[in-house]
Amino acid sequence: MSRTDELVAPADDLATGPVRVSLDRTWWQRHGVTTTVWLVRVLLVAAFLTLWEIAADRWIDITFISKPSDIIERLGEWIGDGTLWSNSWITIQEIIYGFLLGAVAGALAGFVLASLNFVYRVLDPFMMALYSIPKVALAPLFIVWFGIGMNMKVLLAAATVFFLVFLNTAAGVREVDRGLIDAVRLMGGNRWHIARKVVLPSSMTGVLTGLKVAIPYALIGAVIGELVASNRGLGYLINDAAAQFDTAGVFATLVVLSIIAGVLNVFVSMISKRVNRWKPIDD
Amino acid sequence: MTALLHAEGLSKQFAKDDVAIVALRNFSLTIEEGSFVSVLGRSGCGKSTMLNLLAGLTQPTKGEVLYRDRKLSGPDIEIGYLTQSDTLMPWRDVLRNVELPLEVRGVPAKERRRVATELVERVGLNGFEKHYPRELSGGMRRRASLARMLAGAPETLLMDEPFGALDAQLRTELQEELLRLWQGTGQTVVFVTHDIEEALLLGDRVVVLGGLGRIVLDRPIGLARPRSVDELRVDPEFVSLHGELAAALKEGSR
Repeated sequence: MSRTDELVAPADDLATGPVRVSLDRTWWQRHGVTTTVWLVRVLLVAAFLTLWEIAADRWIDITFISKPSDIIERLGEWIGDGTLWSNSWITIQEIIYGFLLGAVAGALAGFVLASLNFVYRVLDPFMMALYSIPKVALAPLFIVWFGIGMNMKVLLAAATVFFLVFLNTAAGVREVDRGLIDAVRLMGGNRWHIARKVVLPSSMTGVLTGLKVAIPYALIGAVIGELVASNRGLGYLINDAAAQFDTAGVFATLVVLSIIAGVLNVFVSMISKRVNRWKPIDD
Repeated sequence: MTALLHAEGLSKQFAKDDVAIVALRNFSLTIEEGSFVSVLGRSGCGKSTMLNLLAGLTQPTKGEVLYRDRKLSGPDIEIGYLTQSDTLMPWRDVLRNVELPLEVRGVPAKERRRVATELVERVGLNGFEKHYPRELSGGMRRRASLARMLAGAPETLLMDEPFGALDAQLRTELQEELLRLWQGTGQTVVFVTHDIEEALLLGDRVVVLGGLGRIVLDRPIGLARPRSVDELRVDPEFVSLHGELAAALKEGSR
């Protein structure tokens, strides 16, 4: 084989690249570790709940820690009379509206401000200052402005989400590789091409990171708003139960909140997968 | 042969605080159409600055670049530029990267795909169309970059140590491949390198740069084509040219 023939040979034959081979693995080799991890998790939860059930009223005052069976009973009661669903729905709506509002505003502001170099330099310290304010401290002000209805919680959640998405988007836009921009300029691309073909996809990692970290904060913002002032929602339910020394009620609400948080985390990991799509394949 | 690319009295300085760092001073060069010019110089002699100016990516502090007697005021689609580092879009697979110049130009999707597939094959990357740049080795990324540059069908190619980061074996392979792709196309090439052997293997003419882009030596290379590294190494003409260029490089660094 002459040298030239070698060069035009199909790429699979080149020793320079990775080669794909199929692996024959059993079900256990493939899923063994995952299965074990899940098994241990289930056992851990079961052991914890049993211990809690035994400890309640025997070693520790039940007023403080309640007990799993009471909590389940309370959940059943609330599901029966509709309290649980109506209050959860309020909170879920607040989370969704707050997140969408904050995320859209944050991403747009991030793109626009970070693309305008001068404006960004002027506004940067103000944005950082606003970002650093604990959003809980804004709650009283928001009550004065928007009342104690749902708007106040939505905006409190949105305020938290906005800054996280804004800062990550802006960082993403500003960290775009200069070389990639030049590459498109060399192809004869104008500003619009650069924005669409380079800046937008390149800053996607930043945007998605922002969305990812902001999801739990939408929940926090909504619940804190409800804790401060409300007559509906899961935050209200916690306040109300605690005021009556109904520990089982507080725990029951916490269970619902962690379920919501769990579902939100599924969204987070879906976003993470999307972020990593063009990163190298694992092992 | 007519002058295609002409640099006249180019100077470039970069301002930093109260001082300006001069990268290039009063640099003039004329490139004839259809020629393969190797520009040889040690690191820091202003080679990359010169190419950036010739490509229209940056504007000179003084002087001007003429392309076909027109003043170059920005990047031109007739001039392709293969930079030292990879600038493939990491979120696009090989095929979509090669398609990019055509996309910017507004070529219809079907035509784009056809041209890109053909080019990917020409640089020996078939089978890797759907791979992302991170999944490719350094050599394969270079091939993909080369294909992308060729997709724009430029009549002039500027190359900035394109094979500098590769191992010697792969480098030889790609050099010969470049010659194969170039021969008979009538394209003009300006190839910047710090490697004497590479400059001699590829160029019709070698320009040796000293500090700040001072031209130390500018001479035609009469070695017969097609050239092969293994044969050239023992060619007496090659050996004497090698010595001459090495001496020029040494003089340039003084």
